[in-house]
Amino acid sequence: MRKPQDLRGARAPSAGRRKLLSAGMAIGGAALAGRAALSAAEGVMLPIANGQRGFAAYPQKRPLIVMTQRPVQLETPMPIFNEGVFTPNDAFFVRWHISGVPTSVDATKHRINVHGLVKQPLSLSVADLRNHYEQIEFAAVCQCSGNSRGLFEPRVAGGEWTNGAMGNAMWKGVRLRDILAKAGVQTGALQVRFNGLDTGPMTTVPDLIKALDVDQALREDVIVAYEMNGQPLPVLNGFPVRLVVPGWYATYWVKMLHDVEVIGSVDNNFWMNPAYRIPDNACACIEPGQKTKTIPINRMDVRSFITSVQDGARVPVRQRVTVQGIAFDGGYGIKKVLFSPDGGRSWSETRLGRDHGNYSFRQWETAFEPPRPGTYDLQVLAFNTIGESQRFTPRWNPAGYMRNVVETVRVHAA
Amino acid sequence: MTRSTKNLILALSAVGLAACATTGNTDEAVSVKLPAETAQFKPGPNAELARTYCTICHTPDYIYMQPPLTRAVWTIEVNKMRKVFGAPFDEAQAQKIVDYLMTQNGRP
Repeated sequence: MRKPQDLRGARAPSAGRRKLLSAGMAIGGAALAGRAALSAAEGVMLPIANGQRGFAAYPQKRPLIVMTQRPVQLETPMPIFNEGVFTPNDAFFVRWHISGVPTSVDATKHRINVHGLVKQPLSLSVADLRNHYEQIEFAAVCQCSGNSRGLFEPRVAGGEWTNGAMGNAMWKGVRLRDILAKAGVQTGALQVRFNGLDTGPMTTVPDLIKALDVDQALREDVIVAYEMNGQPLPVLNGFPVRLVVPGWYATYWVKMLHDVEVIGSVDNNFWMNPAYRIPDNACACIEPGQKTKTIPINRMDVRSFITSVQDGARVPVRQRVTVQGIAFDGGYGIKKVLFSPDGGRSWSETRLGRDHGNYSFRQWETAFEPPRPGTYDLQVLAFNTIGESQRFTPRWNPAGYMRNVVETVRVHAA
Repeated sequence: MTRSTKNLILALSAVGLAACATTGNTDEAVSVKLPAETAQFKPGPNAELARTYCTICHTPDYIYMQPPLTRAVWTIEVNKMRKVFGAPFDEAQAQKIVDYLMTQNGRP
């Protein structure tokens, strides 16, 4: 079987090894956990320089990888993504930008103020949202722009995540466009900007404000969400309401949303410019040291991961096991996922799990049987329904955004 | 049960590994208590200066999680803290903080 030639817009090779064993043994268990073994007592050594991390259980959270304590940033350990297509709320990653994160939130008093270039400003309670607007619910992946930044080479400064700054949840809420329709967007509106309850420790610290162009804000699936996997949001994920912009990076999913302002200009606050911008070219990449025009980061790239076996694990030789994982993209939906047991020399199509919608993780599984003792580089490559795929050589950009290279899990068969 | 007793106080154990996994309802007030900050600035020249100013906004794990950075990159980071975020130290102090960061997590 040949290797796919193109990086983006590639045509997939036809699958050869379609026969799968449904009764395969899943790889898993502590003995197979590999180099990134997780231990709540000892913490974890992520496979990057200065990758020592502790574990701690924050409120409403199980023990997660602590990247930073204030503002708090928590990474989800990869094995959690093997437990199911939805990421439990208590395992969902946490990322705050400025340290004044409210730890007491009264949802009965919380208001979402809608103002600016609107005919009728609104002040909405969570009960108003529940009672006066159509509720919708769908699955969507929330992924940090800088997920996997720690794997960039050359390394870049920033939040040094490995691959766990992502999660998939069912989000329930009301359409932003229904709210904006009630308020009445005036002519001349260019963007809608969003602010949450978090504040900086000094007035000089730029408040975290994010903006969407009006056409994005009026998409039918941008919602103000008050439930996540059937429960209220954990405080650290934005209780009582957060913006959900499915398909787009999490920087726009403003937590503890309380202010929605329609503006007649392009927002240029720090968090829109120069922060959270990508090179304005087809690959969103440059060479280290280069400079180029930038645009705000936006739709997510195609990614896929092996979740059932960790890098460095030992697997039994001549035994058929089921390898499984997840794939996702920015909203076109996953069409197929290919698996390679030999570092990309040969590929076969995997079996996709249940379709939870175009914005969701899509699970996949395949059979793997190492024929002889030795090292195997397992890889997985996803394609979405418009032919977009993953890169074989990692992109580089100075902020460490949008990694979507084909990842390798090296296992040892014995 | 009174309103106030319905408020959730989620206390962490001393070791920080156990918490009540409780969710609030969106018709309630929720209070949580974050674990104590334990990340420390390691000893070194000008450590006190770094501790004084950096901790206004963040814990020192923001420094130690970075890959080892060059003086040029640490200078950009420290200047960003001063000029963009308004950290109240002057240029001479900025240089001393960069010196400290180089002893902690620098590379040539």
